[in-house]
Amino acid sequence: MTAALPPITPRPRRRGRNVWVNLLGLFVFAIAAFPVYWMVLTSFRRGVDVQKATPQFLPSPGTLNNYRKVFKRDFFWTAVKNSLTVTLIVLVAALFVAFLAAVAVSRFRFRGRRAFVIAILIVQMVPAEALIIALFRILDGWDLINSIIGLSLTYLAFVLPFTIWTLRGFVANVPKELEEAAMTDGSSRMRAFMTITLPLVAPGLVATGVFAFIQAWNEFIFALVVMNKPDKQTLPVWLQAFNEGAKGTDWGGVMAGSTLMAIPVVIFFLLVQRRVVGGLTAGAVKG
Amino acid sequence: MEHADGITPRRRRVRPLPYVLLVPATAILGLMLGYPILRLVTLSLQKFGLKQQFGAAADWVGLKNFRSIFADAEFWMVLRRTVVFCAVNVVLTMVLGLAIAVLLKRLGSKMRLLVTLGLMLAWSMPALASTVIWQWIFDTQYGIANWALGRQGESWLSNPLTFYFVATIIVVWMGIPFIAFTLYAGLTQIPDEMMEAASIDGARPWQRFRDIVIPSLKPLLLILTSLSVLWDFRVFTQVYVLQRAGGITRDTNLLGVYAYRTSFGGNHFDKGAAIAIVMVTITVLLTVFYLRSMTKQEEL
Repeated sequence: MTAALPPITPRPRRRGRNVWVNLLGLFVFAIAAFPVYWMVLTSFRRGVDVQKATPQFLPSPGTLNNYRKVFKRDFFWTAVKNSLTVTLIVLVAALFVAFLAAVAVSRFRFRGRRAFVIAILIVQMVPAEALIIALFRILDGWDLINSIIGLSLTYLAFVLPFTIWTLRGFVANVPKELEEAAMTDGSSRMRAFMTITLPLVAPGLVATGVFAFIQAWNEFIFALVVMNKPDKQTLPVWLQAFNEGAKGTDWGGVMAGSTLMAIPVVIFFLLVQRRVVGGLTAGAVKG
Repeated sequence: MEHADGITPRRRRVRPLPYVLLVPATAILGLMLGYPILRLVTLSLQKFGLKQQFGAAADWVGLKNFRSIFADAEFWMVLRRTVVFCAVNVVLTMVLGLAIAVLLKRLGSKMRLLVTLGLMLAWSMPALASTVIWQWIFDTQYGIANWALGRQGESWLSNPLTFYFVATIIVVWMGIPFIAFTLYAGLTQIPDEMMEAASIDGARPWQRFRDIVIPSLKPLLLILTSLSVLWDFRVFTQVYVLQRAGGITRDTNLLGVYAYRTSFGGNHFDKGAAIAIVMVTITVLLTVFYLRSMTKQEEL
């Protein structure tokens, strides 16, 4: 080795350790981010390049053909439309219903309050996967198979516990005194609530709304069972059908589909994750 | 309610408003969660196969469905597999998550931002998209994993053991970010003075980790482990998609997928429901444990 020795620093040992820590950091970053990078990269690759014996890790002159193919594929736009419709219904309904419940639980003391909160916590843990069978039979009985309404209702029930739980924390964090001050100034309770509390809770509504959006947008299993006609598929079910149909021959197309499905989620998620994370461990929440 | 202590009549009156506010939430949860749970119980106590799907009356059969699944060796196999899969995934997620949390604490602010960004990307990916990506990485013909390991045409999904290896990578990859971030937040709560005092007293890094960090994080570790157990016990999407890609289902079923296949594939909604009941029961027991560790943390 003829390379020049590094200049001696006042704390060489610490320096040396930092290099290892940083290398480890890079390694973790690479493992975490690589699959996402690989997805995007593959989605812009030509078929011949995807099937090369030696993979190329850096972006190369690519193509938009995979995306064109996805856009032209049967039922893609129907799936986008279905996903958007279900997601919007769930988002609006969940926010409205959860907000009312959150206000009730965090602003009032009443008989059954504690029981309700505990029920919410328990219900949140019921594995949806176990309920598919029964929900399918029920929705079938109500003629709500392959129905946007049926799927939305199902999703609504599954996001409500968490949205109520999270919003409850946000509402509780707005001091009641603020509202009361407005009320002594002559505002009605409703008015005080609308002008004081609601704006302060707005960030919480955004965060929980995005959570509901992501859940409904990503959900796969229920959509798979409940929406079994091609023109009723949501985006994840459409993507899986594409994936199964391609049988490992059209990775460029499948990755383009995955990228399109993931983009809105990744963006929304990065925007709000800070606000929602606390809800799960509830460290920040006080009733 | 007793009012012997002379509470004024105004306070005694039940205010209807909070109950009114709870009506929509209760209605939806009751209809779409409560009722299905009830229906699951009734299904599991009936005979419900192909005929009943087309309108034949469902007879009550008592615990016959449970007896029949408990007598089935495959059920026990799947249950054992599910428990082992869950345990392996939880341990890996927690250990690696804690290690990354400690790493985040050690890193400078720029590197920390970079690692955080990477973890966020992994965390935000939809489960289905993640599974499809990893399926591509482990593709038999053109997958990058085979290239990197120098194995040509290795078919990862057609052998149960390598199948679970891939499934575990996906589940752990998706699960780590939340654990790492939460534990990192917990680590930043440990006062620096405490660590400094310990190192002045001559505690080695490992001793500080064992005697200060772990005890301080214990409540958090408990909650996160319980949550991970609950989540990894119900893994479905990853296994389902990999099964569709790999072709073997019988040897790779986990409880959730098994219940699904028994119902929709085998048209035995009754037995499927019984399996699902077992799954719910185990989950509820685990949840009680989770809630107990959580309610110790805060007042409801």
